[in-house]
Amino acid sequence: MTIEDLLYLNTYHVDREHPHIRVVIEICRTQCKKKMCTYTCPARCYVDQDGEIQFSHENCLECGTCMYACDQGAITWDYPQGGKGVSFRMG
Amino acid sequence: MIACRSPGATSGVPPGPAGSCPDPGRAVRESLRNPAPGPIIPPGCRIGAVRAMPEEQFDCIVVGAGMAGSAAAYVMAKAGLEVLVLERGTHAGSKNVSGGVLYGPSLGTLIPDYEDRAPLERHIASRRLTFLTEESALTVDFKSAEFDRAPYLGFSILRNRFDPWFAAEAEAQGAMKIDNVYVDEIIFDEKGRATAVRAGGETMLTRSVIAADGANSLVARRAGLQRNLHPEEVALGIKQVIRLGRETVEERFGLRDRAGVANEMVGHATHGIQGGAFLYTNIDSLSLGLVMTVSSMVEDGHVDGLRPYDLIERFKAHPYVRDLIRGGEVVEYSAHLVPEAGIGMKPKLFANGVLVAGDAAGFLLNLGKSIEGMNYAIESGRLAGETIVEAHRAGDFTERSLHRYEEKLRASVVLGDLRRFRGTYRFLRNPRLYREYPELICGIAKRTFRSDGKPKEKMRRILRESLGEAGVDGFRLFLDAIRGGWSV
Repeated sequence: MTIEDLLYLNTYHVDREHPHIRVVIEICRTQCKKKMCTYTCPARCYVDQDGEIQFSHENCLECGTCMYACDQGAITWDYPQGGKGVSFRMG
Repeated sequence: MIACRSPGATSGVPPGPAGSCPDPGRAVRESLRNPAPGPIIPPGCRIGAVRAMPEEQFDCIVVGAGMAGSAAAYVMAKAGLEVLVLERGTHAGSKNVSGGVLYGPSLGTLIPDYEDRAPLERHIASRRLTFLTEESALTVDFKSAEFDRAPYLGFSILRNRFDPWFAAEAEAQGAMKIDNVYVDEIIFDEKGRATAVRAGGETMLTRSVIAADGANSLVARRAGLQRNLHPEEVALGIKQVIRLGRETVEERFGLRDRAGVANEMVGHATHGIQGGAFLYTNIDSLSLGLVMTVSSMVEDGHVDGLRPYDLIERFKAHPYVRDLIRGGEVVEYSAHLVPEAGIGMKPKLFANGVLVAGDAAGFLLNLGKSIEGMNYAIESGRLAGETIVEAHRAGDFTERSLHRYEEKLRASVVLGDLRRFRGTYRFLRNPRLYREYPELICGIAKRTFRSDGKPKEKMRRILRESLGEAGVDGFRLFLDAIRGGWSV
């Protein structure tokens, strides 16, 4: 199954106005070589397009891996506000 | 139970009739949803969370309605304390993911008849450990009649079935729970005592706080109790729940009634990344997943350009796994952080008015052959609850009183196990465990069982050839075996 199919199985209450993760794209562009966020995020929230990080928080599974994988300090991580984000049905 | 008074209560008028506030929980919920100025609490209803009413404070606010949080709330509410549990998900369990086996007697200590009442999937009647190479698998399968009768070894569970039940048990004891509430931080007074919790634009007064908000405990970090974790201390767990139907699960795994299998795997499942895989049987589905240390994903994972979701799909295509999940329908894909460093990442467990429990405190034991966390979460939650109950009786929530929590943990399996296995985490960082040794084990098996018309080999030669093929140095293996014996 593709990651899109897998994520489609989940229920999300997306908080569009308040992304719970902030990424300083400028750091990714100018300093970061490895782009480890793109290799460690299980929900494909980070995509490397010709050296430019495209980030979206909508499909985030809230694991926190990106904040530990990023060695550039480009990621400010928080949980979504109450009731927002992913809702697992099995867990 | 929550204080529920007439509007006059603030000016010293005796409490109003009980009927004046039919649902204090709703009042708090609404107050949190509408942080806007103006009257946030319905007329005729006063709640314990109102500012400038120090007599109306909770005895304890528990952050997180997971294993540790519900265990703590259960103990405290049962002892008659006023307890508020704040859960950021839409319901208890909605943010929780576990591999899926709850081991040991921790829950029974709290709720002796839980086996009859809790929504459990299957009791673990057989344990399997599988070594995988790209094309082969060698499984050690241990089955015992002893595991097939009470007291059981453990149960597979699905957190979204289990956690709502556990939270409701705490509520039945008198704890109050509010969902959809994100806790920003604990508020300390000038003497460094926790006095309140700030959540959803509201300030709720309390005598104590238990941070049970999981592996990424932002509450413990913001309170200065936990530092930022390093990538070698945490792992990413990803999981798929695959529905097969009850009959298929039982036939395929040789199970009857509510017996189940726990199967851990090491080797090619993670493409050499430090970690392992698991497969647990639920009533009508399988929980299948990978656990990979984040630093190893960073150092080794990007070599092949494989992402976590690619790895799990490849793992599902492995001949051993493919045949076990055949015909199944994936019904969920989830991910969660696994705190792996054990005692090495232990936060400050207590402060003035604050305790940290469960994953938030890193109470998880990864032995390579198994990962246990939920039992330690329940046990630490229970002990945190007990500590607060004793502090409440003594009227002392300072560090001097709450340091007993750490003493209790030391005397229990939680810090007992974590201290005993403190070296395991370093041992498991040995890359040979995930590459060379599974190759060696499967190589020996392949040569032992092969029958291809060529002259048969004796065991000594099989060993020598397998060592050579797997690229294992005999002396290194000897040293690793000794180290393994000491640390696992």
